[in-house]
Amino acid sequence: MSDTASNNGTAQRGGSRLGAATPWIVSIVILAIIPFVFTSNSAITIMNQMAITIVFALAYNMLLGQGGMLSFGHAVYMGVGGFMCVHIMNYVEDYSLPLPLPVLPLFGGLFGLGLATIVGSFSTRKAGTVFAMISLGVGELIAACSVIIVAFFGGEEGVSGDRTYGLPFFGIEFLHQIEVYYLIAFWLLLSALLMFLYSRTPIGRMANAVRDNPERAEFLGYSARWVRFFSFCASGFFAGIAGGLFAINYEILTEENLNLVQSGSILLITFLGGVGYFFGPIIGAVVFTLLQTVLSLETELWQLYVGALFVATVMYFPGGLAGILMMHMPAIRMGKAGLLVMPYIKTVLPAIIGTLGLAALIETIFHIRHAATGDEEMTLFWTTFNSHSVLPWLVMILVTVTGYWLTRRNLPELRRAWHEANTIDGSPS
Amino acid sequence: MSNATPALQIDDLRKSFGKAEIIRGVNLTIGRGERHAVIGPNGAGKSTLFNLITGRFPSSGGKVRLHGNDLTGLAPFQINRMGLSRSFQITNIFPNMSVFENVRCSLLWSRGYKYSFWHIVSKSRELTEAADAVLEQINLTERRDLPAGMLSYAEQRALEIGITMAGGADVIMLDEPTAGMSHSETDYIMDLIRQVTENKTLIMVEHDMGVVFGLADYISVLVYGEIIATGRPEEVRANPKVQEAYLGAALEAEH
Repeated sequence: MSDTASNNGTAQRGGSRLGAATPWIVSIVILAIIPFVFTSNSAITIMNQMAITIVFALAYNMLLGQGGMLSFGHAVYMGVGGFMCVHIMNYVEDYSLPLPLPVLPLFGGLFGLGLATIVGSFSTRKAGTVFAMISLGVGELIAACSVIIVAFFGGEEGVSGDRTYGLPFFGIEFLHQIEVYYLIAFWLLLSALLMFLYSRTPIGRMANAVRDNPERAEFLGYSARWVRFFSFCASGFFAGIAGGLFAINYEILTEENLNLVQSGSILLITFLGGVGYFFGPIIGAVVFTLLQTVLSLETELWQLYVGALFVATVMYFPGGLAGILMMHMPAIRMGKAGLLVMPYIKTVLPAIIGTLGLAALIETIFHIRHAATGDEEMTLFWTTFNSHSVLPWLVMILVTVTGYWLTRRNLPELRRAWHEANTIDGSPS
Repeated sequence: MSNATPALQIDDLRKSFGKAEIIRGVNLTIGRGERHAVIGPNGAGKSTLFNLITGRFPSSGGKVRLHGNDLTGLAPFQINRMGLSRSFQITNIFPNMSVFENVRCSLLWSRGYKYSFWHIVSKSRELTEAADAVLEQINLTERRDLPAGMLSYAEQRALEIGITMAGGADVIMLDEPTAGMSHSETDYIMDLIRQVTENKTLIMVEHDMGVVFGLADYISVLVYGEIIATGRPEEVRANPKVQEAYLGAALEAEH
């Protein structure tokens, strides 16, 4: 028995080289061709924002997921990195220094690292609530500085620069969004790869150990405090890189990049995606950016829906979206995932329809309360109707109730199928 | 450092929590390669003594020397780096990490990886092999890739001992390694302890007199924060003071 176990181990290790590279190769291909699929300028703008958010969320998860440190003020490391990059842009332009734009994010990273080193030197002494409160305080402090130290933060209107400052880099002037996209995509891949590798180093592994049981780690020769400090510095570095990319993409940074709203949303994004897996924050960043950009065009209430999604995730799926995906791995490995398809369609589809019905009700109430008097007509799901007449209300209530009723009715079937799909054949259960 | 230097020397160690004096001047010398058991009734301060030696609590007075080096004021991780490793009365592992990872983490410092961020741990054949060897020794090879929190209680205790000795410390302190175990599990852990502490100094707190008399070369009896007797098992067993204070009752309870 132990022989087969170790043989399996070797086989896995031997085959892992190619297996480990696959996600990265797929990512490179996707990043390379996606601008040819979504060619519009707005799509590329969304993708740029997405990529920047991914870098930031991954950096944040080095603390939250891997180090077990809950920070309420992480936006400042991204923000300070970004502010610094805008200043460098302007400085280089004024003095015509030979600094090509593509290396600029590195400086953002170094300034993020510098600030994290200073703050981390006292904030990482304790984990848990003490760390969270210090991060909150420092975050607020630096955000408040932005209106006080106007020379650096530019006061209320922020600081702006021009990314086309220097000589063309191999003929590229970064005038077009698409050129910026490929620059950001390159940094995204590089940062994600480095962060992934970091999690596989001794200090990265010990970050996990300290997260799980700091006391035990101390009795293995590691100072929990220093392990936390190094995680904090590394996280600050990559957050600074995200800031540098932000500076290049938007050419302006303001107080909004530092404040608690920004710090809060990166926490939300990371948690939504799932802190337990390396790729969790990537999913979170993609979903959140899509909701933020696409959904916000459709409805003014998008934040309500994002909030509801977040609460539902925290309550029912603490592993986040990545956790939901990985829950299915045992069934897929046993080749029994097919058993789940029909039950899923029978429960999830009515749940979606019911939720859309509920959303329609909320939208209609919002329209009645907030539209100008006399404006009784509204359009929802490509249908125009009078929000003050009874029929649409009846339809919406009917759809909502039926959707949720069907979900409830079919839920036991899904449970049975789930149990069946996760039971090894032949074992008594 | 000569052979004459004891592995651990404790001089007049004291600890008070507020007004309550828990450890009242413990003197103890433990030679190299000795297997030393500390026994005593509940609340005698055995675990506190362990926590003082390993730097988990600061002491109120007295000195602890490890191979002649004073440990006063050192943090647990510094003491560990000097070659002292301990297990805990309550299982203290990394429950969300795999069994293999648990062991590998316990090897990192002693193999000189320190706070490195330029090595990839899975690429180090030396680490993988060493961790697998430990797993083999503690008989958990089959559980290698399971999260440690999913192991049975006895397996978690075995893992705890594995983590404790993996780093190669030459002074091993085990706090009630067989607490809460069945007879067969106790035998398994006893064999394991005997095996992994070969040529090392072992200090353990234990309630099971079978384990104590089966393993220990020397026994110290701690009662109300003081050591009332130290010696070979047979001497301690015959000591009337010990009989009166503790052992009589404990031995009766055994039978």
